[in-house]
Amino acid sequence: MSIVRKPPSRLADSLAQIGACGIFLFRILGAVPLSLRYLRETVRQVYFVGAMSLVIIMTCGLFVGMVLGLQLYHTLSIFGGTAALGTVVALSLYRELGPVVTALLFAGRAGTSITAEIGLMRATDQLDAMEMMAVDPLAYVVAPRFLAGIIAMPLLACVFNALGILGAHLVGVVWLGLDNGTFWSNMTSSVDVWSDVMTGVWKSLAFGAVCTLIATFQGYTTPPTSEGVAYATTRTVVFSSIATLAIDFVMTAFLM
Amino acid sequence: MSASANPRVSHDDVTVRDPLIRIRGLRTALNGKTIFEGVDLDIPRGRITAIMGPSGTGKTTLMRHITGQLAPDAGEIVVDGANVARIGRDALFGLREKIGYLFQNSALLTDYSVFENVAFPLRQHLKLPEELLRNIVLTKLQAVGLRGAANLMPSELSGGMMRRVALARAIVRDPMLIIYDEPFVGLDPIALNQILKLIRTLNQTLGITSILVAHELAAVRRIADSIYLLAGGKIAAHGAPDELARGETPWTRQFFSGEADGPVPFHYPAPDYAVQLGLAGAAP
Amino acid sequence: MAQRQSFQIGTGLFILLGFAALGYLATQTTSLANYRQGDSYAIKARFTNIGQLKLRAPVKIAGVRVGSVGSIVLEPDKLDALVTLSIDKRYDKIPDDSAAAVFTSGLLGDQYVALQPGGSPDNFKNGDEIVLTQSSMQLEELIGKYLVGGDAGKTGDKAGAKPDAQSGEKSGKQPTE
Repeated sequence: MSIVRKPPSRLADSLAQIGACGIFLFRILGAVPLSLRYLRETVRQVYFVGAMSLVIIMTCGLFVGMVLGLQLYHTLSIFGGTAALGTVVALSLYRELGPVVTALLFAGRAGTSITAEIGLMRATDQLDAMEMMAVDPLAYVVAPRFLAGIIAMPLLACVFNALGILGAHLVGVVWLGLDNGTFWSNMTSSVDVWSDVMTGVWKSLAFGAVCTLIATFQGYTTPPTSEGVAYATTRTVVFSSIATLAIDFVMTAFLM
Repeated sequence: MSASANPRVSHDDVTVRDPLIRIRGLRTALNGKTIFEGVDLDIPRGRITAIMGPSGTGKTTLMRHITGQLAPDAGEIVVDGANVARIGRDALFGLREKIGYLFQNSALLTDYSVFENVAFPLRQHLKLPEELLRNIVLTKLQAVGLRGAANLMPSELSGGMMRRVALARAIVRDPMLIIYDEPFVGLDPIALNQILKLIRTLNQTLGITSILVAHELAAVRRIADSIYLLAGGKIAAHGAPDELARGETPWTRQFFSGEADGPVPFHYPAPDYAVQLGLAGAAP
Repeated sequence: MAQRQSFQIGTGLFILLGFAALGYLATQTTSLANYRQGDSYAIKARFTNIGQLKLRAPVKIAGVRVGSVGSIVLEPDKLDALVTLSIDKRYDKIPDDSAAAVFTSGLLGDQYVALQPGGSPDNFKNGDEIVLTQSSMQLEELIGKYLVGGDAGKTGDKAGAKPDAQSGEKSGKQPTE
């Protein structure tokens, strides 16, 4: 029954979901000052969503960088512009791929676990139990995860970027024989801290907020059944990915 | 707390005149379904009051009203002198600190060890020195016989043990009221006896007012001072356990002897059986 | 308690690593890497055309980076580009008759300013101006001139100027002669 009832198949349902999600955001923001009392909980969550995602982020960063290096080297060599490899890799990573791919991976790795965790806490009455112990679950459970997502995402994106650069360097310089100095000096002369590196950081801050908002919202409002939790987890990935890419477009338009 | 000073054995007029919880004219509808239509109920201080009734009559909903998790459509719920539907969030949280709630499925925090689960309410609300906190927690765990399990995680416990840990957590702050939501479901006879004994001990030694939500008459009869039978959105019967068990009204007769026919229909409302099966001649 | 400690250490390490990555990206892979030199002194150079020369483009001597382009402005009366070069203090022995030229690294690479050392016993000081300058070579112009052909002359000299050592010297002298 619940599976059939739940998917927001109609426009009105989707709008209602978005609206509820927006209201949820304000409730989280309201609970953030209170959650500062549970700073240790936030620290713990940074560990779970951030440090525990490092392996996947680093691996993927390295491979994305290597693929970029390989692809761009061949494309650029057509124009005799392989010297620009470092620049192109750095720019595409910093501005787009780093924040976006990190956010997508984050949604799959940390987002789903947040949703499942909060959903199970809902299903097993843990959230109600907290309320009964006069502890606000928004402040104790949701807000720390939200903050942790905002803190962790830019850092993960930076790690991803750094590994990506190393991957491209590995392929371009070590394997394909591009000059090391050319690789770096071209990059350093065309990449700007504010317009490139920090653009990516702003983006990933926004992605961190959106992805954890969606993950906590789905978990918090899930029907307290096992299908409910399973479905909420799927929705977290789908909605986070869509939201990430949509916001990426909007932010690119504004930050350009 | 204040109630714990009350000796359990007291004159009826005192506890009846000043009940810990007084509910008047409670009306609630959830998702268009009427749950309560005019429930009046008193929970006397220092007693064990059982709320019984068929499944789906809103026993848990009633508890959610009492703890202020759910606001009623109409009526007043006064707990320890405060109307829970009216008081602000801080006052409500203050009230909840004085209430222990034993959830049906224990609701232990999966991330924390048994010790930390029991310590949770203390850590959240009191800045106790670690030594004192440890002593309190171990005392409560000893009371439920699980001091040795302090370092286990909830996932390593059986259902009965989890419920006992949850009970230790519910009493860790010496509440004035404990609500037991279906404490006997899924327990083997040994665990059931232990829980029964614990509930009685807590009530007798500490004078903690207790509300017992259950539908096992045999178990309830052994410890409850009085029973409210909830059915059809109203109080169907009220009285001492033995009195009700005699089954003098249709409700009590059906509920306590488990008959299919009575005021509570066994069949969900349905069209005529013969008509639905398409039997010839059944059509009018 | 031990459990809590490990979370805190893990979180600390993670945050440290994240910021280290950010610091690495910001300082090693961007133009910030070019700001590293501490003190610098400024010398000026006028070009009739700087092509795609940008702020913070490198200034090189013999291919080694010695500074960067500090500012680019148009001189209102002469209508040529006044480029300020910030030269690292370490390189304070640049003869004051050295020549400056705008070159391109590779065919499609970024443009930079190359300094061609002269033979004067005196060195550049802060605020001095380079007299000998050579503007950016415009690819389109060169192609155009080759297509027209024949009349090699000065431009041919420049156009053939791939190894920048000799050609820079020659072309640097041309305006004065």
